Amino acid sequence: MSAEQSVSAVRPLAETKQEVLEDSQAPTRWEVLRRSGTFWAGGGIVGFWALAALLGPRLVPWDPYATDLLHELAPPSAAHWFGTDQLGRDIFSRVIVGSRDILTIAPLATLLGTFAGATLGLAGGYLGGLFDIILGRIIEVLVSLPLIIVALLVLVALGPSSVTVVIVIGLVFAPVIARTVRAAVLGERALDYVAAAELRGENALAIMFVEILPNVMGPVLVETTARLGYAIFTVASLSFLGFGIQPPSPDWGLTIAENYGVIAGGYWWAVAFDAAATASLVVGVNLLADGLYGALAA
Amino acid sequence: MGGGWAAWFARRISLSLLTLFLLSLVVFAGGQLLPGDVGREVLGPLADPRAVAALDHQLGVDRPLLLQYLGWIGGILHGNMGSSLEFRAPVAPFIGAALVKSLKLAAVAFIIVVPLSIGAGVAAAIRVGTLADRVISLAGLSLTVIPEFVSSIVVILIFSVWLRVLPISASWTAGAGPLDQLRHLILPAIPLVVVLFGYIARMARAGTIEALEADYTRTAILKGLPRFVVLRRHVLRNALLPTITVIATQTSYLVGGLVVVETLFRYQGIGSLILTAATSKDFPMLEAGILTVGVIYIVVTLIADALAVLSNPRLAPGMGG
Repeated sequence: MSAEQSVSAVRPLAETKQEVLEDSQAPTRWEVLRRSGTFWAGGGIVGFWALAALLGPRLVPWDPYATDLLHELAPPSAAHWFGTDQLGRDIFSRVIVGSRDILTIAPLATLLGTFAGATLGLAGGYLGGLFDIILGRIIEVLVSLPLIIVALLVLVALGPSSVTVVIVIGLVFAPVIARTVRAAVLGERALDYVAAAELRGENALAIMFVEILPNVMGPVLVETTARLGYAIFTVASLSFLGFGIQPPSPDWGLTIAENYGVIAGGYWWAVAFDAAATASLVVGVNLLADGLYGALAA
Repeated sequence: MGGGWAAWFARRISLSLLTLFLLSLVVFAGGQLLPGDVGREVLGPLADPRAVAALDHQLGVDRPLLLQYLGWIGGILHGNMGSSLEFRAPVAPFIGAALVKSLKLAAVAFIIVVPLSIGAGVAAAIRVGTLADRVISLAGLSLTVIPEFVSSIVVILIFSVWLRVLPISASWTAGAGPLDQLRHLILPAIPLVVVLFGYIARMARAGTIEALEADYTRTAILKGLPRFVVLRRHVLRNALLPTITVIATQTSYLVGGLVVVETLFRYQGIGSLILTAATSKDFPMLEAGILTVGVIYIVVTLIADALAVLSNPRLAPGMGG
């Protein structure tokens, strides 16, 4: 802070005045982000699960796939911190390793949706004209379909696999992201730097991706993070329904589907920890998105 | 003004019809194109090729695509939704019975969530910036993204397994009275409430804050009207309009939620009907179920938009000013 101000002190007066005003009244985006409780809480939770997904198999005390038929549905103990499931597998190890598939599939689906959606939104917003009108109508129709159901239909038709789940969720998200990007691009379209690039004779692709895209990264980043939350929600729900991640993965949604039949017998640990893990991950991603949104709005 | 309203309505109806057409294409593609050989999918990889060809012919899937689509959509327009491959009977009665059950469940969820979330949103807006506002906003933000199967597990563990006050299954025995039915529907409704709460509360909060800052509210306060009269007459009336639209758009999330909740609570509604059809590759049932919920969703959003525009003409683009 003080270093920035001393630098600005040697600049021309008009500019200095402006900067001092900005410094003292409106904190910068980075400062808002640094002070955002939701951003750090969300980041901590997501960071924990990202580490679990990366290093999980090396850290856990038991082999998450090893069955032990002598210790089926054993309650939490010193040996098995979260107890064991119907096949005697260690639930703690399965919950930690279970973060791996969903944290691979959901981000990939989000990236695909962001890439496809950003490309469409950039093209619609920059090119305008008939293309934009037709694209706008198609987007309006697509975002008004009940998407989980559409995703379910396509997955039934094509057969569930991780690749299909990534493609289906990515394509379902693309129009939503396209709508956000298009709105942001329309705000940039009339600015001088775009006109300057056009005068330099840059082609439309270069203007869209090199000139405009970096300037709309803020909204794209916020929308992508929010979409990641929905992607996790959707992948988890599809896995629970049997059309997402497939056995023998220790995935949380899949585990809950396999074990919720035994909770009436009082074996709460067979599903409770997986439920808590799922809830913490989606809430963490959503808090992260909220923190980013707050910083962007500053 | 009347002309503007008619033009808006005509444009909005054509958008609904376009959505409906696209939905029918998606459902047709998903149910009849993507599976490839439907007869093979239904009968399995070991079935006699002649049996597969016979089933394909019986289902009409060996005809050209355009004819198949026209035959299918024509049948639906005449009230013939096709026959279930699983039950060897027309699908319409199954859909109808399941729909009634789902509407009961959805009604219980909406009766709980609408007053709860609007109350919370307005309460947060009146105390904007305070701890109460922060808690309500954060709770809404977090609850919204919790998948229904997770919150279902939590409420089942608490109310059915530990406290033993509510039944673990939503299915009541035949002849159960309305109160007994309601008792079975409370637990399955809660996960739906949890997801819907955040959205509706956030919209109610934003709408109330906007209305509180508006000139007409200041005028009303300066006129010396009592605080609760200002709130009821000027703030809430304007704040709740956008909330109606949000509630309507939530029917699409609700449908996805019903698939999960009805499966988990073993309730024979439209959601579990769709999932059962999906699992057993009963394509006519699946198509009819998805088309039904799609049509309901399109009609509900159309009505909500029309209500919003009727009560506040400024919402319609290209009308008046």
